[in-house]
Amino acid sequence: MDFGLSEEQVMLKTSAREFLDKECPKKLVRAMMDDEKGYSAELWKKMADLGWQGLVFPSKYGGADSSFLDLAVLLEEMGRALVPGPFVPTVVHVGRAILAAGTDAQKEQLLPKIASGDMIMTLAFTEPSGSLEASGISIKATLDGDEYVIEGTKLFVPDAHVADCILCATQTKESANPEDGITLFLVDAKTAGIKTEVLKTMTGEKLCEVLFSNVRVSKQNILGELDKGWPIMQRIFDEAAIAECAWMTGGIRWILETTNQYAKDRIQFGVPIGAFQATHHKMANMAIEVEGSTSITYYAAWATSENIPELALAASMAKAWCSDSYKHAAFEGVQIHGGIGFTWDHDMHLYFKRAKSSEVAWGDGDHHRERIAKLLSM
Amino acid sequence: MDFSYSPKEEAFRKEIKDWLAENMKELPRWWFDPNVLGPDLDSPEMHQFNLWWHKKLYNAGFVGINWPKEYGGRGATLLEQVVFSEELAKHRAPGPTNGLGIGWCGPTIMSYGTEEQKKRFLPKILTAEEIWCQGFSEPEAGSDLANIKTRAVDQGDHYIVNGQKVWTSGGHYSDWAVLMVRTDPNAPKHRGITYLLLDMHAPGVTVRPLRQMTGHSEFNEVFLDNVKISKSLQVGETNRGWYIAMGTLEFERSGIGATVMRENVVKDLIKLAREMKRNGEPLSKDPVIRQKIAQFYIDVNVLKYTGFRALTGQLRGERPGPETLVGNLFGVELNQRLQDFAMHLQGPYSRLVRGSKYAIEHGDWQYRFLRSRGNTIETGTSEIKRNLIAERGLGLPRSGR
Repeated sequence: MDFGLSEEQVMLKTSAREFLDKECPKKLVRAMMDDEKGYSAELWKKMADLGWQGLVFPSKYGGADSSFLDLAVLLEEMGRALVPGPFVPTVVHVGRAILAAGTDAQKEQLLPKIASGDMIMTLAFTEPSGSLEASGISIKATLDGDEYVIEGTKLFVPDAHVADCILCATQTKESANPEDGITLFLVDAKTAGIKTEVLKTMTGEKLCEVLFSNVRVSKQNILGELDKGWPIMQRIFDEAAIAECAWMTGGIRWILETTNQYAKDRIQFGVPIGAFQATHHKMANMAIEVEGSTSITYYAAWATSENIPELALAASMAKAWCSDSYKHAAFEGVQIHGGIGFTWDHDMHLYFKRAKSSEVAWGDGDHHRERIAKLLSM
Repeated sequence: MDFSYSPKEEAFRKEIKDWLAENMKELPRWWFDPNVLGPDLDSPEMHQFNLWWHKKLYNAGFVGINWPKEYGGRGATLLEQVVFSEELAKHRAPGPTNGLGIGWCGPTIMSYGTEEQKKRFLPKILTAEEIWCQGFSEPEAGSDLANIKTRAVDQGDHYIVNGQKVWTSGGHYSDWAVLMVRTDPNAPKHRGITYLLLDMHAPGVTVRPLRQMTGHSEFNEVFLDNVKISKSLQVGETNRGWYIAMGTLEFERSGIGATVMRENVVKDLIKLAREMKRNGEPLSKDPVIRQKIAQFYIDVNVLKYTGFRALTGQLRGERPGPETLVGNLFGVELNQRLQDFAMHLQGPYSRLVRGSKYAIEHGDWQYRFLRSRGNTIETGTSEIKRNLIAERGLGLPRSGR
């Protein structure tokens, strides 16, 4: 029984924090909010040089053979630093999917480039319906000779405007069961007919509308099998949700530590505001939610590494809990800072906004609670 | 990162499971079936039941498992204690009686008592031959426990004690008590307190039961009127009693026993939700009810894994961190929310108590709902616990309380 990090994981965490404190200051985060590309190519390369993009891929593809749990440790630090850019879409949403479901040829062709940082990937799943169900996919891919023709709109696609390759979830067959007939295509982002527009977000994340008009893609580019893409999506959902939780856990803890320090430093009525019982109680409530986030997220990350049957339940528990607690912590983080917590200059609003965005990514609390009810056969 | 147990621990688990499988057959039907009326909590019948089961556990070597072997325990390791609590809770088995004696008073005597005191008292604590209680709180000393006024005047080889204790759980059937008394009224509050052992049957001791919200009397007032207590019954140095009472006894930090009990309650709530209907449909199909039950499932798992982090810290020899402090508080508040939710599921039937026609499960939920209100007050109010999380867990300055 040991629910703690190994020495290597602690080293990874410490070195990641030192690196990001130096290379990803808030000045960069803020600059990227207004930047067209939305990420620093220089930072991207430095992360690749440290082996971060390749962390969870096999060494034969240039990776480090590390576990999802190791990646979660890294993601927590990246979430704490609010690292801008397409790391999670590339590594988790698409990279891990290729690792799990790709052909040998696809893996050989794509994974080394992901590991080296030479390729940016993103997953286009959500459509205007906003649904996370198979029934929410109405974008169609129709067979024409050896190629499929993709027609439709995807929304909220992270970093599609800078991606080299877009993994697109389409409907290739109409069926009584919508989960039967979903196909995933690896689409070169430069293919004719793809039009990307960056949406304006509260966080500055580059979420895009991607229009597919007569986009032709070879059937060699199917990830997995024709019509059988839904199980791959389900696995991506779980890993994406848990990766988001790891990212969120870093942010929640930043809020706790920063707010706690402010409560010690800020003097009013002759004492630090942290001496007032109301502050004690708010901070204690925040601590409960922060510690809970860490506990359930790392359990879920471990569940992913071990590939246990309860993975889906673990993912949903973690995402529901973190969705609520990041938001609550952010609300109190602003509140306890008083006036300055409300300013643009203070960093709190960066986390506050990320909390709201993360809340709705990959299913909010309500979505995951209903999923848990179903998994418990209620 | 690993959630497994060693072969030795798994062997111990099997030993417990095998014993429970065999011996739980002897439990009366009312223990398992909420639709069969069992004895009321305060009744002599319940008391006898507790002692009968305790004796079985004791004979099997399952009482005081974490006590050192030299004092009649099993010397169980932390993980063996975890396994034991886990299995008892999973099986919904009754536990030993004399909980305060085995969990608090005995270990305090072991840590701070004389050899004579250990020989005299420890064996009968384990057998439950002598039942123990705690004489700590007073009318003017609840959260502010150091404010106690019960006075012990030094008379050479004994003290004469006058005062009053309150909220003394089990006082009406206890034989002995651990007692905090003021021996130096001129010293600063915390430094004038001495820790004594009180014979509850001594002349001058009067126990008056206090009735609680549930209708039962678990706790009492204890009046001390010129009670003579020999100095041989003093634990530790004079005027150092506060530090003994607050002394860290090494309890295992996972809280898994209580957590598994909460897991059982969640299962029972799902069952209740399936049985209760609204507009012809089971409540388990209502989207709002589903959301709330799913959240309870999440909460209980967050509690469980936070407990394992606390346990890991303990196994690694670390001091208790925030994850240890938050677990207990979260658990008791969760229990209150669970019990309140059970009331919610019962709709108008939530009003009916034990003995009433139409009462659901003989009013057991109603008892637990009312009883749960005490959970955030006893052993430290949730306000104080939040202060401690802030002060000890987060390093915030002490509040004026």
